[in-house]
Amino acid sequence: MLTQPFMQHALLAGTAVAVLSGIVGYFVVLRGQVFAGDALSHVAYTGALAALAAGVDLRLGLFVATVGVGAVLGLLGGRGVADDVVIGTTFAWVLGLGVFFLALFTTRHASGNSAASVTVLFGSIFGIGAGAAVTAAVVAVALVVLVLAMARPLLFASLDPAVAAARGVPVRLLGPVFLGIVGASAAEASQVVGALLLFGLLAAPAAAAQRLTDRPWPGLALSAGLATLAVWVGLSLAYAVPTLPPSFTILATATALYALSVPLSALGRGRTPRPCG
Amino acid sequence: MTAHLTWNLVSDVRQLLQFPFMVNALRAGTIVAIVAGAIGYFMVLRRESFAGHTLALIGFPGAAGATWLGVNESVGFFGFCVAGALVIAALPADRVREQSAVIGTVQSFALACGLLFVSLYHGFLSGLNDLLFGTIIGVSGTQVRTLLIAGAVVLVVLAVIARPLLFASVDADVARARGVRVRLVGAAFLVLLGIAAAGTSQVTGTLLVFALLVAPAATAVRLTANPYAGVALSIAIAVLVTWLGEGIAYFSPYPIGFWVTTFAFAFFLLASGYRALADRRLAC
Repeated sequence: MLTQPFMQHALLAGTAVAVLSGIVGYFVVLRGQVFAGDALSHVAYTGALAALAAGVDLRLGLFVATVGVGAVLGLLGGRGVADDVVIGTTFAWVLGLGVFFLALFTTRHASGNSAASVTVLFGSIFGIGAGAAVTAAVVAVALVVLVLAMARPLLFASLDPAVAAARGVPVRLLGPVFLGIVGASAAEASQVVGALLLFGLLAAPAAAAQRLTDRPWPGLALSAGLATLAVWVGLSLAYAVPTLPPSFTILATATALYALSVPLSALGRGRTPRPCG
Repeated sequence: MTAHLTWNLVSDVRQLLQFPFMVNALRAGTIVAIVAGAIGYFMVLRRESFAGHTLALIGFPGAAGATWLGVNESVGFFGFCVAGALVIAALPADRVREQSAVIGTVQSFALACGLLFVSLYHGFLSGLNDLLFGTIIGVSGTQVRTLLIAGAVVLVVLAVIARPLLFASVDADVARARGVRVRLVGAAFLVLLGIAAAGTSQVTGTLLVFALLVAPAATAVRLTANPYAGVALSIAIAVLVTWLGEGIAYFSPYPIGFWVTTFAFAFFLLASGYRALADRRLAC
């Protein structure tokens, strides 16, 4: 299995993106910004198709749209969270715009067909080329280093923003910067599992890790580990059973890991005595 | 297609209605819009729009699985959405932070299952976009009949539970004290929401149900505080958005999903602007 070049590329890009998703997802769940992640996945679709319709590299549209909207969401978030009705209405329209760009793309370009839309929505990790895999891995490693560098103040600001601000942590700056990173991670993850499914790769390993441990550093490592495990198991399964699409097997493994963490954490809670007070 | 939009609206409408597929699409769209407008109003009032979004997404593996197994698509849509509604109604409503992560996981898993069914059923990839983003060509006569029956059932049940539902949505504690069975009413509403989401996804596509389920209701809430006027307004806007969207989609190369979401969003923006102006005038 490891001698196939397409499998090597998939493993390279997949592992890097999994570690990134696990770490970023941990903070996303901790900060209660899961629905911002959902919103950014919609934006990823529209950004990618806008780039296709304009005839530029798909990844350019992905990153510009997700990082830009992430930063804007972060700036707006400072003045109170937009309610679910506004988010829902706006992002239905953003997806509608995505369909518009798809129609533009299929009518304007000779090579354009609606299969491109399926690729963007559901990913095609087995189709990733050597150059794209290396780029995805390098960007993912850079983002991981960036998040780990700001992990301490970010944790502080996530758990207690008021005290963190009083101790001199730039809380108002961290919010938009972090959502910008979430946007970049969404763009990365959409190349692996697709815009519609990246949300699960962000949420499931992080939710499982937070069930299994309350301590932040082991939690971060566990979240990244579980996401990597999901990608490895998913890729192997998809390789062994060709009828199963890799995006499905990765998401199914991630979901199963979360489902396993629920009884495991209940067992752990029952055994260890909880501190009183 | 040799369709041209002219300034003569009568001839435009006559052009639209000469094809049976267009008549079916308009019939289905009207039924769905009435149901979605009414249910959506209560959904916005109860702040359950993410439940509605999840239910709509659950319909996608339902429809894809039904296609794969050779069963009628409507069966998959309605079956999965109603089952999903029952599961959501049974979930405990605590641990909010983790719950949103769980909802996210479930949504992604449902979409991944849909992808699996689609790829098991070979040669369906072009149908995938229609399933997700809607189409005006795919509605059959039997589908219209199914939608009509489902829509009538939903509206009758909604009319029966409307008063206790409104009471429970506005003030759950007082309603409980006055003997309203709040949990039961809430669960019944989620099932209705599931049916409405399943019906709406057959017109707008799974990913764009919010265009008919949330946007018209959110627009109505910004224009009037009276619940009965609100429901009526929400239905009227949903129907108008559907007719405009389907009509223009017929004359243009761009799909229905784009037009319906764009009109719905435009109405919402106008109403939000009006609300902001009116509030400012009140404050002075």
